[in-house]
Amino acid sequence: MIRYLLGKLAESAIAIWGVVTIVFFVTRILGDPSALLLPIGASPEEMARLQADLGLDQPLFLQYLSYLGNIATGDFGQSFQFGRPAMGVVLERMPATMELAFTALILGTLLGVVAGTIAALNRGRLAELVVMLFALLGQATPVFWLGIMLILFFAVDLRWLPTGGYGTPAHLVLPAFTLAVFVSASIARLLRSNLLDVLKEDYVRTARAKGLMPRVILVWHVGRNALIPVVTMIGIIMGELLGGSVVTETVFSWPGVGRLIIQAIETKDFPVIQAGVALIAFIFVVINFAIDLLYGLLDPRIRERR
Amino acid sequence: MTAPLLEVKNLSVVFDTEGGTVHAVNDVSYTIEAGETLGIVGESGSGKSVHVLAMLGLIPRPPGRIVSGSVLFEGRDLLKLSEAELRNIRGGRIGFVFQDPMTSLNPVLTVERQLIEPLTRHEGLSRRKARERAVELLDLVGIPSADRRIGQYPHQFSGGMRQRVMIAIGLACSPKLLIADEATTALDVTVQAQVLDLVRDLKKRFGTTVIWITHDMGVVAGLADNVQVMYGGRIMERGPVRSIFKQPHSAYTWGLLRSLPHGETRLTKRLYQIPGQPPDLTEPPVGDPFAPRNPFATPRCFTETPPLRQIEGMAPGHQVAAWYDLPALLAAEQGTER
Amino acid sequence: MRSFFSALLRSKAGLFGWIILSIFVLAALLAPVLGLDSPVRGSLSARLDPPTWTGLFSPGPHPLGTDQLGRDILSRIIYGSRVTLAVAAAAVILGGIVGVGLGIVAGYFRGMTDRILMRLVDIQLAFPLMLLALLVVAALGPSLRNIIIVLALTSWIRYARIIRGQVLAVREREFVQSARAIGSGTLRIMFRHILPNVLTPALVVGTLELARVIIMDAALSFLGLGVPPPAPSWGRMLADGRTYLSTAWWIVTFPGLAIVLTVLSVNLVGDWLRDYFDPKQRGLK
Repeated sequence: MIRYLLGKLAESAIAIWGVVTIVFFVTRILGDPSALLLPIGASPEEMARLQADLGLDQPLFLQYLSYLGNIATGDFGQSFQFGRPAMGVVLERMPATMELAFTALILGTLLGVVAGTIAALNRGRLAELVVMLFALLGQATPVFWLGIMLILFFAVDLRWLPTGGYGTPAHLVLPAFTLAVFVSASIARLLRSNLLDVLKEDYVRTARAKGLMPRVILVWHVGRNALIPVVTMIGIIMGELLGGSVVTETVFSWPGVGRLIIQAIETKDFPVIQAGVALIAFIFVVINFAIDLLYGLLDPRIRERR
Repeated sequence: MTAPLLEVKNLSVVFDTEGGTVHAVNDVSYTIEAGETLGIVGESGSGKSVHVLAMLGLIPRPPGRIVSGSVLFEGRDLLKLSEAELRNIRGGRIGFVFQDPMTSLNPVLTVERQLIEPLTRHEGLSRRKARERAVELLDLVGIPSADRRIGQYPHQFSGGMRQRVMIAIGLACSPKLLIADEATTALDVTVQAQVLDLVRDLKKRFGTTVIWITHDMGVVAGLADNVQVMYGGRIMERGPVRSIFKQPHSAYTWGLLRSLPHGETRLTKRLYQIPGQPPDLTEPPVGDPFAPRNPFATPRCFTETPPLRQIEGMAPGHQVAAWYDLPALLAAEQGTER
Repeated sequence: MRSFFSALLRSKAGLFGWIILSIFVLAALLAPVLGLDSPVRGSLSARLDPPTWTGLFSPGPHPLGTDQLGRDILSRIIYGSRVTLAVAAAAVILGGIVGVGLGIVAGYFRGMTDRILMRLVDIQLAFPLMLLALLVVAALGPSLRNIIIVLALTSWIRYARIIRGQVLAVREREFVQSARAIGSGTLRIMFRHILPNVLTPALVVGTLELARVIIMDAALSFLGLGVPPPAPSWGRMLADGRTYLSTAWWIVTFPGLAIVLTVLSVNLVGDWLRDYFDPKQRGLK
């Protein structure tokens, strides 16, 4: 288990390094930010001074090294827009993003597990058809369009819920439900097919031959094995939720990191783009690490491999 | 004489598939006395496993379906019991040992968990008591340092050890009847011999009645009191193990015995192989199911199904379903060869 | 009844997917000869006209209504599908060439090459794909070519992973071993013997990737980072229509439905292909 853990930790560290490196080099292609920071018509001397201040006159590799050194301490530089440390700006927006992502994840997982189980246990019946149709539609529907449609119905027409914004639980309902539809669709489909596979396993027959109650068999022998791949799926979904936050938060005017990044792209606020993307990717890596640990706990065979 | 422990009468099982109805078990009847060990032998698809699983509600339904028959166990017809009543019998009065413990044990649960399940379920033991009993059981089936190993997972055990765990699970609630389905098939020959020794020993100590299902006549020879040979969902021959090995009356049994390696023949002769393919049970052949592969088949074998009966010159308890007289035919053949 | 529903689930779905997808592709190909209104030029007198069939005041023949500039929505959806399908297909093919190529290289050479390539895949997987796409589009600027590159960049990984696994199995097969034994060159073995054997899984991955890429393309244009105007694009139509949500529901509804139907049909075709090529998954049991 220790070796497994250390291995995963090393993988995560490499992943984080890879992510910040990509962020650095991609944002450097974005262009020279000094041109944006100075008023039009600034003299070349002023330009050169600012570039020296920002360290932009140094060779790219040295810039990269000092970038690595800085971000190790959480320093992504000052936000051009806000004139404050970029990481601080991003961190302020993080709770809103996490609140939405985790609410959606929990709600969607519950829905998906229930729906997937119903579908698998009612093989060939109407219930399976209904669940699978919803799951297929849920997977094919872009989150932002579903969001707009739900706003159209529940906020614009019925006026039950706000069209967007943040603060009260009512503001959370539409965005969380929208994302939960997407989450539950993926989980329901995967869980159904896993359950059907596991139900055919020899050890399920063994469990039945022991005279165990169906509930015990379903939870301990079938459910546990069928849920293992779902755990991996949750990692992928979390990536979609965090990455997709740029879209959902735009749709629902949700003041999270996603919307901040979009604003920063519009204003070429590189430090904020870098900090926002790096932080989300970092959180994603941490979540994946946690998921790998959970995976190891759920499946004893994994622990010994590698 | 007391009533038999298990009495199977006219059991027929079919599977409804897209390709048609598969007649997996056809009109099977037999009895097992308490304390007896019955070896059921046949190729895969002979119905040897399916009929046992079916009578305890362990085949998937659908597609499986029991068409007819009755199975009396301790005076009750298993086929008439509800699923809840069957659950109370499975793992309690009747224990199971399945083949390939690699797949038959749950990979993500500890051996402890899998072993105490039947104990808490049927004997109402507390978790602690059940654990104590479970350690005893592992000890009993010859797993060293059982107390430590009980907390491990199946993949941490060798194949032979896993099979011992499987046997411990089957025996957990001191069943009246133990059903072992190809329980040693996945094992190396040496490990197989050890496991068979263990089973013989346990049988002697507890007087458990055993149904040992296998495709291997050799396994049956050293273990069973009686042998029942199945083919195409039917019983072809049945009788005391000694009598069957000495004088088989079914051509199929004879083929199975000839394909066994013997001490002296091993090096000199090629092993006999029964020619042809097992029958397609979607359209079960009329008559003797083995007739198309049987060099001794008579015209009647193709038109009329032979009943299982005792014919003249057979040892007591020895029955065969055949229209031909195998011992006479064999004797004649030997005569012409000379 | 039971078998009816399971048959419906199993094959009718694939059929449905094929039909819908064919309709979309045909409409996209035939757009210029369908006699549609211009997708880019509207008339201000026809601004925000509701769909004809709603029976509301609607002078022009606009079956799905018009947008804020008086452009016919049906026409924009169909012309938008040309852009969307072309971009997505190009991205998936480009990503496929790169991914299959690297997958074959990794699986064939194994060892260090394999480890480095797979580590690269892991690093990219640690990056939420949408963020990566966003970052790169923001850097390169949104143009048709750049969008295709970005989408391809998010899609090569899955090919590489799956193809690598296939190659690891195929390279041990006899025909590869014997090709090696008679001294065939590495390139020749990879192209002649290994490539044909991984095309089927690549096709299945490609179809499923197509669905994902269509959604991502729409998301990028929704954020204003897609193929630049005046080219009609589904995502941009949605973004523009949001402003008129309370007065003209049709602007956001129909392009979204087009996305759902396209993605659904591609997914169904992909699932069907996977089952079709993998007999293990097919049939009962």
